[in-house]
Amino acid sequence: MPIQYYIFFCLTLFSIGVIGVLTRRNAIIVFMCIELMLNAVNLLLVAFSKMYHGAALQLAPQSTAGIDAQIFVFFIMVVAAAEVSVGLAIIVMMFRNTHSIDINFLNRLKN
Amino acid sequence: MNTLEILFYALSAFAVICASMVLISKNPIHSVLWLILVFFAISGHYILLNAQFLAIVNIIVYAGAIMVLFLFVIMLMNVKKDNEPQKKLLTKFIGVLAGGSLLTLLIALVKQTSQLEGKQVLMKEGTIGLIHPLGKALFTDYVLPFEISSVLFLSAMVGAVIIGKK
Repeated sequence: MPIQYYIFFCLTLFSIGVIGVLTRRNAIIVFMCIELMLNAVNLLLVAFSKMYHGAALQLAPQSTAGIDAQIFVFFIMVVAAAEVSVGLAIIVMMFRNTHSIDINFLNRLKN
Repeated sequence: MNTLEILFYALSAFAVICASMVLISKNPIHSVLWLILVFFAISGHYILLNAQFLAIVNIIVYAGAIMVLFLFVIMLMNVKKDNEPQKKLLTKFIGVLAGGSLLTLLIALVKQTSQLEGKQVLMKEGTIGLIHPLGKALFTDYVLPFEISSVLFLSAMVGAVIIGKK
């Protein structure tokens, strides 16, 4: 499978996430769209890792080139899990204070 | 067209449709369920690439833990679907236009890139996605980031408790 197909697919998923962040006002949906973007990037990292692994296998059959990208994806998942727990706690606190999850409430931070 | 290509196209179309439904559906709970389907499709892609460890971790961590956390929060808040604030139609249109422009621009850039011509992704072969090489790399070359991530988890746990306690 050519690498371009994977890039096009991941770009589509990423753009859907961007559109969601730009058009929705529900804070939880915005948060979910960020997760969608993270996953698109993860898939692209794995595809690139397999691309380099395939190229390195032809030179050396025992090569483990490209494993760094998969470790990277693992760490992205770790950080995303930590980020979600703190972010959802912030959203719950915001809902407790204002009884709405409108993202425009956070406008007040700007003064 | 061989089986791998058919699976690739089917999973991609499924993922894109489910991702669109995340945005379209009004009820946040439906959005969460569609997003879980997107994660399953992405896990299918990982399996096609023979990244089996990441496929399992994706299902356990994302579809299992994170999405359940989202569902808990939504059900705890008891958000009614009819009083969700909506953006103005013009703002929505401009948002879709901006996202579409980004997509078109990036696709045009990728199409022009000559370095990517003829590069193939190795599918269903290669051992780097299996748990043995990954664990070896994680606990030899990447042991320091691994330990630091445990500190990150501890701080996230403390932060969530402090923020949630009021």
